[in-house]
Amino acid sequence: MNGTHPMGVRMKIVGAGMLLTVVACHAQVTFDRIVNAAKEPQNWLTYSGDYSGKRFSRLDQINATNVSTLTAKWVYQTAATGKLETTPLVVDGILYATAQDNRAFALDARMGRPIWMYQRQIPSDIRPCCGRVNRGMAILGDKVFLGTLDAHVIALDAKTGAVIWDVAAADYKIGHSFTVAPLAVKNLIVIGVSGGEYGVRGFIDAYDADTGARKWRFWTVPGPGEPGHDTWEGDSWKVGGAPAWNTGTFDPTTNQIFWPTGNPSPSNRGEGRAGDNLYSNSLLALNADTGKLNWYFQFTKHDEHDWDATQVPVMVDAGGKHLIAQADRNGFFYIVDRTNGKLISATPYGKQTWSDSKDADGRPTANKNAAPTLEGHTVCPGALGTTNFMAPAYNPQTGLFYVTARDQCDIFSTAPQPYEAGHAYYGSAYFPSEEARPYLGFLKAIDPQTGEIKEKFQHVSPTWSGVLSTAGGLVFSGDAEGNFIAFDAKSLKPLWHFQMGGAVYAAPIAFAVDGKEYVAIAAGSALFAFALP
Amino acid sequence: MRKAEVSLEASSVFRAAAAFLFMIGLCAAQDRNPFAGDSKAAKAGEYEFRINCALCHGLGAHGGGRGPDLTRAQKKHTHNDAEMFQTISNGIPGTAMPANGTNGQGVGMTDEEIWQIITYIRSQEVKSAGTSSGNATHGKELFYGDANCSMCHMVDGKGGRLGPELSGVGGSRTREALIDSVREPNRRLAWGLTESTKEFPQEYESVTAVTADGKTIRGVTLNEDSFTVQIMDSNERIHLLEKDKLKSFQKTRESAMPKYDADVLSDKDLEDIVAFLISAGAK
Repeated sequence: MNGTHPMGVRMKIVGAGMLLTVVACHAQVTFDRIVNAAKEPQNWLTYSGDYSGKRFSRLDQINATNVSTLTAKWVYQTAATGKLETTPLVVDGILYATAQDNRAFALDARMGRPIWMYQRQIPSDIRPCCGRVNRGMAILGDKVFLGTLDAHVIALDAKTGAVIWDVAAADYKIGHSFTVAPLAVKNLIVIGVSGGEYGVRGFIDAYDADTGARKWRFWTVPGPGEPGHDTWEGDSWKVGGAPAWNTGTFDPTTNQIFWPTGNPSPSNRGEGRAGDNLYSNSLLALNADTGKLNWYFQFTKHDEHDWDATQVPVMVDAGGKHLIAQADRNGFFYIVDRTNGKLISATPYGKQTWSDSKDADGRPTANKNAAPTLEGHTVCPGALGTTNFMAPAYNPQTGLFYVTARDQCDIFSTAPQPYEAGHAYYGSAYFPSEEARPYLGFLKAIDPQTGEIKEKFQHVSPTWSGVLSTAGGLVFSGDAEGNFIAFDAKSLKPLWHFQMGGAVYAAPIAFAVDGKEYVAIAAGSALFAFALP
Repeated sequence: MRKAEVSLEASSVFRAAAAFLFMIGLCAAQDRNPFAGDSKAAKAGEYEFRINCALCHGLGAHGGGRGPDLTRAQKKHTHNDAEMFQTISNGIPGTAMPANGTNGQGVGMTDEEIWQIITYIRSQEVKSAGTSSGNATHGKELFYGDANCSMCHMVDGKGGRLGPELSGVGGSRTREALIDSVREPNRRLAWGLTESTKEFPQEYESVTAVTADGKTIRGVTLNEDSFTVQIMDSNERIHLLEKDKLKSFQKTRESAMPKYDADVLSDKDLEDIVAFLISAGAK
């Protein structure tokens, strides 16, 4: 109980893992296996490790006492350029991941040797915002699933990489794309669209995993006659944005999918779209079978700062309550009751100047100095946000929520801009504010009960790395200078680091093969795996 | 009726021919700006400029901390629209100027949008900007002599290595920015590259490190991460250090460059140095 027999506990878990490896080898990934992902910690079955979004691994072979001996086991070069944002999946010794420019591949997870590679031709006239990135796949049955930059959803044979089905979800020519890792729920592949920079009308889709037939679509901008439609001025809803480009979570006990949405379009101009602009920058609770909305919570109303709420909504249970913890791009850490969407608390976890009051529900409200101007003026956080898409982690053993955070302020300017299909639609832009330099980057540990920042580690510069926490008393994250770092989960003191030679835009995972634990992360153009000697 | 049909046909033939000619125009787009002088295209280019370029080149193309002032008619890397098209499309190797669509912030631009941006930049150009009334010959004497600039800065292969190399600075920064960085060197440390264009974070921050055996090293950072630092000291020696092996490590946002106020360097002498840098940068 007090840690006097840590070795015994570790042996038990790794031993169980080995048993499962043998039993489950070549078995299909069923929905039940993903629901019970905690029972097979040697595998990483979905984007956040399990449906709750905690990005917590129960493996503890690598722990605070031995992590200083961690060594690189293999490196896989993807040949992709730009930002490698992928979170790999691992099932029974095989690792599945994606890379830029519509790439996907499967590797021997012990050796890094490729088993198959897939790449879909990109149309020459594609111009996805923010890099030709992809954040990963979903796995279900004997198939893996990915979204593409030209807005297709594709099922591949997990053993060969051969295309099983290929569905065009939307027209890439007017700005739709997929960068998100889909979520497999029951027999559905759930995926949210990108394109808030082009004035798309956002949606979340669910496809039949066997056939690719679309089972439901939830429009994140309500059409005429639907509730919330009156939160848009005139026809602005048609190009209202609210994309859904980060992977949500799923609660099997209530059959609800929690999925976050992004900025209204145009991102830096509120004129012409008066109103709250539902369901932009919101957390949506959708019925998994029908895609019908159970409830929503909007973090930033009528956003003019590009503060997408596209962070992983982490399911946390505390004090007998079933909660969602979300560290939002707007600088506040929110706790929402996931049974009804009611706000419980909102606490700043980084530098912010846009809000100094709260409404009757406790939601931070914008002050009069927050709106962008023609000449531009400084608001904190900047457009990149206090955090962004980088995955957070929650460790049930320490009770702490870990998130990558940035203190940076930007000068927000705005100018009228007509909508033109397929063209960037920002309503002007933002510029880093010189007065706010240097920009600071942190790993922060937050107590979700109070919103208090318990510990923090300051990076040399802000990072885009996600976070993993493990039962070994560790937190793993990367930095913009190319380091992969293991921290003590309580003190956030760095215990080990490795220079990978390229900036990190991805989140780490942990898995085990033949009883040996690995941690893996993408950096630069490559995927790295580490284990004890 | 029939007449109307004929005229309709004729007009569609004409439209097809016009479209064909326009396509040829676009195919030859690498050579000639199809929108040259078009004020509507310049307006469209302004939207694109704000999104894609202003981050470094400033609102109105007047130059930001990182990017050159583009309102100057003389540009270092491009001499005509076709070259500017190539520069925007492909970036400039060895500089912070990224290829179209790769800066990770804005959205990539179509050829049409690039031409609109060029049209906008041309509409913003001020023919007389970027000149200095100073005496470049005297400025050169001061730079390499009494003003001590060359102790730390290099121009055309001559000078020190501790501060930024300045051979091209007069071609990319405004006269006002040059004066400001001499009078108030702390106001804005040289901007490192950030985010996805970040390859080298050098900001010329002043550092002091004390080694385990008590040796003090003062200089500027060449690079740094959470665990190591690479320093050039005032004698241009490079020190490669691990932070956890140091007794102390301190970094300030003060520039290593001394502040030259008017009683150290007169306005006239400073204007002469600026004239020298602008003449050097024009090469």
